[in-house]
Amino acid sequence: MLVLENLKKTFNPGTINEKVALNGVDLVLKDGEFVTVIGSNGAGKSTLLNAIAGTWLVDEGKILIDDIDVTKLSEDKRAKYIGRVFQDPMMGTAADMWIEENLALAHRRGKKRGLAPGIDPEERATFKSLLKEFDLGLEDRLSTKVGLLSGGQRQALTLIMATLQQPHILLLDEHTAALDPKTAQKVLEVTDKIVRKTELTTFMVTHNMRDAIIHGDRLLMLNNGKIILDISGEEKKHLTVEKLLEMFEKAAGEQFSNDAAILS
Amino acid sequence: MITLSNLIGRIPGGLAQGIIWGLMALGIYITFRVLKESDLTVDGSFATGGAVAVMLITSGINPWIAVLVSFVTGIVVGICTGLIHTKLKIPAILSGILVQFGLYSINLHIMGMVANVSCNPSKNNVLISMRNIPMAILVGVLFAIGLIIIMYWYFGTEQGCAIRATGNNMHMALAQGINVNNMKVIGFALSNGLVALAGALMAQYQGFSDINMGRGAIVIGLAAIIIGEVLSEIIFPKGCSFYLRLLFVILGGVVYYLIMIVVLWLRVDSNDLKLATAIIVMLALAIPNFRKGNK
Repeated sequence: MLVLENLKKTFNPGTINEKVALNGVDLVLKDGEFVTVIGSNGAGKSTLLNAIAGTWLVDEGKILIDDIDVTKLSEDKRAKYIGRVFQDPMMGTAADMWIEENLALAHRRGKKRGLAPGIDPEERATFKSLLKEFDLGLEDRLSTKVGLLSGGQRQALTLIMATLQQPHILLLDEHTAALDPKTAQKVLEVTDKIVRKTELTTFMVTHNMRDAIIHGDRLLMLNNGKIILDISGEEKKHLTVEKLLEMFEKAAGEQFSNDAAILS
Repeated sequence: MITLSNLIGRIPGGLAQGIIWGLMALGIYITFRVLKESDLTVDGSFATGGAVAVMLITSGINPWIAVLVSFVTGIVVGICTGLIHTKLKIPAILSGILVQFGLYSINLHIMGMVANVSCNPSKNNVLISMRNIPMAILVGVLFAIGLIIIMYWYFGTEQGCAIRATGNNMHMALAQGINVNNMKVIGFALSNGLVALAGALMAQYQGFSDINMGRGAIVIGLAAIIIGEVLSEIIFPKGCSFYLRLLFVILGGVVYYLIMIVVLWLRVDSNDLKLATAIIVMLALAIPNFRKGNK
């Protein structure tokens, strides 16, 4: 369970570039809930995700992951509870290291790293069957450098890495935005498969309204650092892009300003 | 005299010294290639290693222990640079410069406020000396093999992989729960430990430790690494395994030093050597960038 209490964050306070990025966000995410998060440019979607991940500390408020207060924990300590996939496919994996080395690093998330071998033979077999399951054509390329993979393959690998050591919460930061439509679809399929299989509590930021509607069981819309729409259950199932835009304009009192989200 | 026999006569000695520079370059490889940071501490820690070893050996301590103490001292120096970088948030390159600058005084204190302390191999028990070059080459090769095996093992451990991930992609390392600051400190420590070890061997080889013996060590180390990489690309165009890459670092040190010997044999003023080395290293560092730019 993820609990956010009155999260506030202001960037560059007291300067001409001051920007209130989070303006009192409250959210309770139940175990196994899959929430999609959408909003116009600069609404605070990625900021909210980074606040949970611990990229920086929030100014005010509290973050609880399964009743553990992580508000003041550094990014690497918090990683014990969090699986994460970035927007940039280059960011989630180590390019100069092998596929199996990347997986082994992820397999040890939240554990002490000593002088034991970085990867053991049993693990290698597990990784192989896991990769086979996702049909990415990577199961016979365990000792290939990740830098040689395509963006889609790297993103799928990052997803597998993020969930290899079952996290308490999975954070997806527009993880298909940098991929071509077909690959994005494939990565979203992998996402759904993993999330459903392991009943992960998932927080997926997206710029694509249709993806936000199709995937997940709850939809949040952010505007000016606040949650302005929270749709779930039957209402979400019958949602359309047009309806969502209408609801946004009503709630925010302004036009939705992200062409990419509407057109795609 | 520029005669061929003169040149050939200098080659074995050059080989021995080249291997020692190669050992130092193995240390620099950890920061420069694994962590992808430039650590200028080495100009100081190389001399620290030499100073510690010579002071211990001349007071009758076993040379193996002296080399070990040099290694540990280098580790402490590296931890200082690492902490200044990670805790005080000073860029790595400046942290290294600060430590290297401060080490000048510390090294002088270690040597009893004398700029040059001799370590006569006929009066002291040393591991390696220019008086017996075949033996010196053998000792150097044994150190090289030993260190390559240890480094190959270490960078395959959980911790070693975490250090590599830190240098490769900090975002990924953080997301996998790796304490990147600790990994950097460990990397700086091991790097300077090896550099100090090489300094300890060099001081014994040349028969003295000198306050300025580390000057330009970083440039020589980079030259060795880059020459080694060029050689490995020529011999293994498809890339090679980690232990071979480390072996090429040692070879790079040897080739660098043999080039210097040829240049000296051609009667180039030794005062111009540093400028020549700087230009060669600059070009070697620049060429890959331009190749990338063309793609």
